[in-house]
Amino acid sequence: MNLLTVVLALPLASFLIALLLPRSSPQASRMWALVSSVATFAASLGLLAWFDRGFAGEQFLLDVPWVTSPNIHFAISANGISLWLVILSTLLTPLCVLISWNSIQARVKEFFAFLLLLEFGLVGVFIAQDLFLFFVFWEFSLVPMYFLIGIWGHERRIYAAVKFFLYTMAGSMLMLTAIIYLYNRTGTFSYPAILDMLLSGQLRLAPVEQMLLFLAFFVAFAIKVPLFPLHTWLPDAHVEAPTAGSVMLASVMLKMGCYGILHFCLPLFPAASRTCAPWIVVLAIIGIIYGALVAMVQPNMKKLVAYSSVSHLGFVVLGIFTFTQMGLDGAVYQMLNHGISTGALFIGVGLLYDRRHSLEIKDYGGVATAAPWLSTMFMITMLASIGLPVLNNFVGEFLVLQGTAVANYTWTVYASIGVILSACYMLWMYQRVFFGELGPEVRSHMPDMKLREWAAVVPLIVMMFWMGVYSQSFLPPVGKVNARVLGQTQVNVPFRVELAPVKRAEVARAR
Amino acid sequence: MPVSSFASSLDMARFLPELILTIAGTLLMVLDPVIHKRSSSLFGHLSILALLAGIGGALYGYAHRGPAFGGLLMVDGFATFFTVLVMVVGILTVLPSYKFLQREDAETSEFHALLLFSVAGQCIMASANELIVIFIGLEISSIASYVMAGYLRDDKRANEAALKYFLLGSFATAFFLYGVALIYGATGTINLSAVRAVILGPNAPAPVFIGVAAAIMFVGLAFKVSAAPFQIWAPDVYQGAPTPVSAFLSAGPKAAAFAVFLRIFMTAFEPIAGGWVPLVWICALLSMTVGNFAALLQTNVKRMLAYSSIAHAGYVLVALTAQSEVGTAAAMFYLAGYAFMNVGAFAVVSHLSGRGEKYQDIESFKGLAQKQPLTAAMLTIFLLSLIGVPLTGGFFGKFYIFKAALESHLVWLTVLGLLNSAVAAYYYLRILVMMYMHEPGEAVRDIEPLTPSLGLALILPAIGTLFLGIFPGWVLDFAGKSSNLLK
Repeated sequence: MNLLTVVLALPLASFLIALLLPRSSPQASRMWALVSSVATFAASLGLLAWFDRGFAGEQFLLDVPWVTSPNIHFAISANGISLWLVILSTLLTPLCVLISWNSIQARVKEFFAFLLLLEFGLVGVFIAQDLFLFFVFWEFSLVPMYFLIGIWGHERRIYAAVKFFLYTMAGSMLMLTAIIYLYNRTGTFSYPAILDMLLSGQLRLAPVEQMLLFLAFFVAFAIKVPLFPLHTWLPDAHVEAPTAGSVMLASVMLKMGCYGILHFCLPLFPAASRTCAPWIVVLAIIGIIYGALVAMVQPNMKKLVAYSSVSHLGFVVLGIFTFTQMGLDGAVYQMLNHGISTGALFIGVGLLYDRRHSLEIKDYGGVATAAPWLSTMFMITMLASIGLPVLNNFVGEFLVLQGTAVANYTWTVYASIGVILSACYMLWMYQRVFFGELGPEVRSHMPDMKLREWAAVVPLIVMMFWMGVYSQSFLPPVGKVNARVLGQTQVNVPFRVELAPVKRAEVARAR
Repeated sequence: MPVSSFASSLDMARFLPELILTIAGTLLMVLDPVIHKRSSSLFGHLSILALLAGIGGALYGYAHRGPAFGGLLMVDGFATFFTVLVMVVGILTVLPSYKFLQREDAETSEFHALLLFSVAGQCIMASANELIVIFIGLEISSIASYVMAGYLRDDKRANEAALKYFLLGSFATAFFLYGVALIYGATGTINLSAVRAVILGPNAPAPVFIGVAAAIMFVGLAFKVSAAPFQIWAPDVYQGAPTPVSAFLSAGPKAAAFAVFLRIFMTAFEPIAGGWVPLVWICALLSMTVGNFAALLQTNVKRMLAYSSIAHAGYVLVALTAQSEVGTAAAMFYLAGYAFMNVGAFAVVSHLSGRGEKYQDIESFKGLAQKQPLTAAMLTIFLLSLIGVPLTGGFFGKFYIFKAALESHLVWLTVLGLLNSAVAAYYYLRILVMMYMHEPGEAVRDIEPLTPSLGLALILPAIGTLFLGIFPGWVLDFAGKSSNLLK
């Protein structure tokens, strides 16, 4: 029983206790959700304290046999990347409890129970080291999110919830096939063991085999990321979900896909990843630009933020498939940044919705006059999302672009269009919502931030500055893991060496 | 093979479950006129007791396992697994029927007696090792269940269901019997191991004989498990029959028929697997696809569950297509998980549908979660398991089946099967949507509170489903150990 197990078990235990609370007293459910999720967060900070930052491998290992035949283990561990993602999940859960405090009035007990169950699933996804266990968490996390969207969402919630479930389910079925196939080839679900077999040459996948397996995994992950053109479930799910659902979905669930690509696809199928990389990069760049352009014309704030997610996650995928240290570091950093800043954006939109009960941009205007603090908070978040230096997204985007420039300069040119566009749609939205004429509707409905809301927002703002100013607190462990992943992707890749000079020439030409 | 003199006490020990159930069933029929109608839940208690005793008997028989009556029966792990399974299904059918029979004013002992006879027949099917004994078991099980399907004799739909079930069922049994006759003609024996030995031996009959016999028996059994293209009867029968009976039909006879399927095709006909595997492949894919896509269009819940049960028969056929011991074990595990989740789901339908079963529409589930959160939560577990979401028995079952299929290099069948289960998610989700995401409708406003027996009928299968999903090891190890059938 190590600390990581505690971090995983706490949400589950809290969920079970939350089920036993009386339905008649919603306040008890709220308090319990807050207390238990803060406790989980504290435990995850303990992980950080005991984490050996100098070590690139897996830490806090726990390996317990679960089923003997087939050989399934309950194997969990954390590395420099999954650690941050776990902390991101445990940080956002209490914040989601806070912002749902008053906005969820129907079936309060169930809402908070599902939120805790969701946390359990998400933490599990990031730390599972047994492919089967990973799949269990991966699928399982769908269920609470499905209910969160479907019960507490807006008008078209049912459509969105079902679409979300089916899209992800269809993708994961292919992944399940691939996982079983790998098991039949290797006799184990243990991810480290399979990697060892690959590295030692004990397991050799024929090119076609590797390509099909790669695609089976990749499609499942790409749906979750979501990569253009598999993104269509995302705007629906985001727009219809309640605020807490959107936050968890954008900040953590989308990272499941990115994490999956980085943690499983690249090391397991290095040659196939490299072969597909140019195509995937093209899709990522299309996603960056397309997402930004569509975001620009949205009349609905939540939809705007949702499409901006498509754009931002394009950067993550782009960074991963540059196969450079900087690109990978940037991608991981961007995953965390997106979690913080888009989470905060959704919270901001949620605060506006709580007051004015509309998501349409045209229903607002002049909010800055009525609620200056709310506007300030939103401004910082929005600037972070655009990628203003000193704030977090800048660091991630910079690293990704830098890494991309090393790999292929043309890609960088196209990708940076997305950065410019993000400033356009965000600033334009901000202008229309917060500045301009203050309507009577807005004036009468727009109190400023309450203490509870401050508590939900301040941690994220602090993180934006911290991650923007001093990335050294976060990047070194990430970099170590990425270096290892890169090393693993160089197995059987002969063309790796001859690529580099060509790129440099291109860089020079572009200059 | 001739039966040697009288049955020994060991034979009787191995025949205990069937014995107990038959005696109890007969006793119930005799008791009916004697016992005052007011205390009619006594019949339910008695049949549960009988089934529990039967389970005890089966375990006792397993402790003394071996062939009985000179090889007519074969009590091994495989047989005991299915014997216990069908008796558990029996118990889970009796539990919701207390309330059901009371509601429909139909509390007589016949229902329970027929149920016990049917289960006894299924026990015989599970342990039979000779084609004629299989046939006898099949007939005992089927005839009782034909009557059960039409148990509410004033209900037109139930009558239609029973008649349809009877006519088509008799056809199927006749097919099976014809196959048996052909086998006997060709090989001169009806003992499964002996048939296998003859097929493999030097004087093997012409392959066409065996092939035709196998194909005909396949048709008969495919009907019994409601596999496409022999599934036409299932939706009408499941919809028309009283709901607890539909639950029973979808789990008990199906499990027993699959036991026979596995035993015949994995022992006697194993040498000609090259011939029947493609056939089962097609059947499996057809069943999954027809079942799932037809279920998408249904508005009646019982009918939808009927189509879903066709699809699930398809999944089990995938395990048979794998034609390996792993596949057999996977099929066993799946049928156990399926029995729990499906019987549980039907129990909820029975609870909700109200007097005269008027609320069968999918809309009736509207808002159930607000009125009876526990019922809704239990149904959620069953539906998630039917979808195949992790930590439920349905997921592990599916996982083992497709694992077995991939081991036998059935890549396409696996991919198509798994994509099928993504399609299936849609119609199960529809019920979840109704329960959780709508305001209560008429049916839910009329719903009666849970009785203790109904509560048990929901909680026990839910526990079973979760247990198989979280600790699948116990059942799976047992299934794995008993999957190498005597050849």
